[in-house]
Amino acid sequence: MVQRLRVRYAKRGRLRFTSHRDISRAVERAVRRAGIPVAFSAGFSPHPKISYAGAAPTGVASEAEYLEIGVSRPCDPDRIRADLDVSLPPGLDVLEVIEARAGSLADRLEASVWQLRLPGADVAAAEQAVKEFEAADRVEVERLTKKGMRRFDARQAVRSMAVMDDRERTAGQEPGPPCVILRMVVRHETPAVRPDDVLMGLRLVAGFAPPSPPEVTRLAQGPLDATTGEPADPFDVERADGDL
Amino acid sequence: MSVESLFPRLEALLPKVQKPIQYVGGELNSTVKDWDEATVRWALMYPDAYEVGLPNQGVQILYEILNELPETMAERTYAVWPDLEALMRSEGVPQFTVDAHRPVRAFDVLGVSFSTELGYTNLLTALDLAGIPLDAVDRTDDDPIVLAGGHAAFNPEPIADFLDAAVLGDGEQIAIAISEVIREWKGEGAPGGRDELLMRLASTGGVYVPKFYDVEYHPDGRIKRVVPNRSGVPSRVFKHTVMDLDEWPYPKKPLVPLAETVHERFSVEIFRGCTRGCRFCQAGMITRPVRERSITTIGDMVEAGLKESGFSEVGLLSLSSADHSEIGEVAKGLADRYEGTQTGLSLPSTRVDAFNIDLANEFSRNGRRSGLTFAPEGGSERMRKVINKMVTEEDLIRTVTTAYSQGWRQVKLYFMCGLPTEEDIDVLGIADLAKKVIKAGREATGSRDVRCTVSIGGFVPKPHTPFQWAAQCDHETVDRRLRELRNALRGDKEYGKAIGYRYHDGKPSIVEGLLSRGDRRVGSVIRAVWEDGGRFDGWSEHFSYERWMTAAERVFSGGAVDVDWYTTREREEHEVLPWDHLDAGLDREWLWQDWQDAVSDVEVEDCRWTPCYDCGVCPTMGTEIQIGPTGKKLLPLTVV
Repeated sequence: MVQRLRVRYAKRGRLRFTSHRDISRAVERAVRRAGIPVAFSAGFSPHPKISYAGAAPTGVASEAEYLEIGVSRPCDPDRIRADLDVSLPPGLDVLEVIEARAGSLADRLEASVWQLRLPGADVAAAEQAVKEFEAADRVEVERLTKKGMRRFDARQAVRSMAVMDDRERTAGQEPGPPCVILRMVVRHETPAVRPDDVLMGLRLVAGFAPPSPPEVTRLAQGPLDATTGEPADPFDVERADGDL
Repeated sequence: MSVESLFPRLEALLPKVQKPIQYVGGELNSTVKDWDEATVRWALMYPDAYEVGLPNQGVQILYEILNELPETMAERTYAVWPDLEALMRSEGVPQFTVDAHRPVRAFDVLGVSFSTELGYTNLLTALDLAGIPLDAVDRTDDDPIVLAGGHAAFNPEPIADFLDAAVLGDGEQIAIAISEVIREWKGEGAPGGRDELLMRLASTGGVYVPKFYDVEYHPDGRIKRVVPNRSGVPSRVFKHTVMDLDEWPYPKKPLVPLAETVHERFSVEIFRGCTRGCRFCQAGMITRPVRERSITTIGDMVEAGLKESGFSEVGLLSLSSADHSEIGEVAKGLADRYEGTQTGLSLPSTRVDAFNIDLANEFSRNGRRSGLTFAPEGGSERMRKVINKMVTEEDLIRTVTTAYSQGWRQVKLYFMCGLPTEEDIDVLGIADLAKKVIKAGREATGSRDVRCTVSIGGFVPKPHTPFQWAAQCDHETVDRRLRELRNALRGDKEYGKAIGYRYHDGKPSIVEGLLSRGDRRVGSVIRAVWEDGGRFDGWSEHFSYERWMTAAERVFSGGAVDVDWYTTREREEHEVLPWDHLDAGLDREWLWQDWQDAVSDVEVEDCRWTPCYDCGVCPTMGTEIQIGPTGKKLLPLTVV
């Protein structure tokens, strides 16, 4: 392996129903189709050196997923971006490819910005629920994991949360029925607090229960900026190095 | 009239179901054509879960061929899991295609490929969800023609009530021909409605329309005769055989799913048909004669398929892949071409001989050297003569000795239980065989690190085989023999730990037997099982033997037949069998003679290398054996 390439990609539309295993198969095949000289691990059963950092859950869309590809000969990141994007199915869209500098990418992904569209939900009820959630020290929620039902706190990981008006939707989205949009910054902790855990927290503290399942999108993830309280671009390190 | 996509309504249900990705479509190389620009619209169904159905070769081939026709389009639909089925019912979302999420009922044809009879209840679910009446006679001009194909369609009688039509054999040319009949009929303004369309299809002689045939019964339950009930309908319907597979190099663009499926590889059929003459094997009987794809076409298909798909494994499919006349050259050529590219090559369905170890070594050159699989099928020499599986114990020991000494550590052996004339000792012979295999392996390697797995399933007599007259073994006997075999293996101090044992209990085989050799009266049982919640009968967690038996008892009560009558009863030579009017080309007298030879331990050779023994297929169907060698080689690929 002579070079590591860091890839930011989006998971959009119906492709949000892919699991992280589906994505890794799709990426491996796309890499082969695109003829990218991916490096392989040594050993009895060699596998391509592609690693994934904190994949969004099945059913959740994302504008900020990250993976890293090890290649066996130097590649032009822009060329790889274009080739990989063509090879992946529409909906798995490659946004940026950059040559890796020092440090682990996964370590930089400290927090995510999540957007939850809640069609048919009541704005005032949502605002009240957010207020009560933020006022609490701990909000214990439950989730069924592979190891059985787990109880954990969903409050402390939530750095900020805001209820947005339907009109503030991002440009380009089709107008639909009225809905509430929740935007939240959530730190990556163990156990991971996912948007649906926070939603369950809102239900537990204030009885807030949207009438239909949320449409969740990860808008960004990266190192948490202490001054803004928002995740910064995890590629800042590579960009800064590149300027030297 | 255009149809709307059901996706927005389906999408709202997907967050609530398991593995939603299987319902969204958008696979690489999938095709969505403009609805209004097509005249003939096919919905192709594989009646099992997406993960099983997507890789199916038959569906992929027809999908691609039909979509290549200018005025024809094809989309795919699969069985939905019970969680989504419940939501679709409560929300009123009908059965949809995964390509453009169009309602299945809006298509002209619903073509269903049955590899196994255990998909019958899933057909009923799909019809019901689609809003298509279950009974063919209740359908109107607004419903598609429900058409069955696949190996199970060689006896479609148990589902005759639910089908408008069935086709036997290779689908490529008949699917095109059916499209042409529909295109012409629609072009004329669809005169006479679906009845005339079915009549036009039936009169070609290549499409079986069950409702144009009446079945008469004897008072004792046996069939008296099956006769056309209107003029212009042929008394026999023949299977279809594609000659020259090089002319039909499909799939060219394999579907690449996002969801995980049972076969994650690019598969190329290296030949069709098999004349080894194993008497239990329906596939070998109904797909004759052998037609090879040439080494150069195989090489081209592998190259294009890998490029189009990005798959990292190639499977060379056929009923007995090592029998290709140039398999050595194919193996070496492909292994050379893909050396160092992390591309795996696999060769399922190999027979027991040392040559296969050379092949396996060649194939594992580029990747994993896992286990080798052989299928002696019968545990004793006598049993193997009955089933015409010409493998001696010496062959097997010699083969596994070679395998173990060349670095293979694991050998899998496939067997069947409940074969005609089988006695306890034949099954227990499997234990002796397995111990000898381990003993040979230890001697060859000087190590105790060799393993062998015995895998065994219940035998089900199938239509169009010499065993179509045979009594199926009852499940109590099968289960007892399987238990005794297990004890014989596990109880062995010296070898027991080196031998794995996998088996299936005998009850599902009885249901499969009922459906395989059933007639139209079995249709009511299928429906009763489905109404009682029967789904996904090929899945042990969904299959219920009790549900089938309860339904059968209710349906058959007071009549002349029951489950035993269909399964464990031996038939007389001249009894009319439910599929006798459906012609696979096999001469009935030859089949009977082969059945008589079976019980007298008489073997039959392979007609590829010995004179024709008059099974009847080639003269009846106007076909011939097409095999190499071509003498050609695979050249290295040019590096781009």
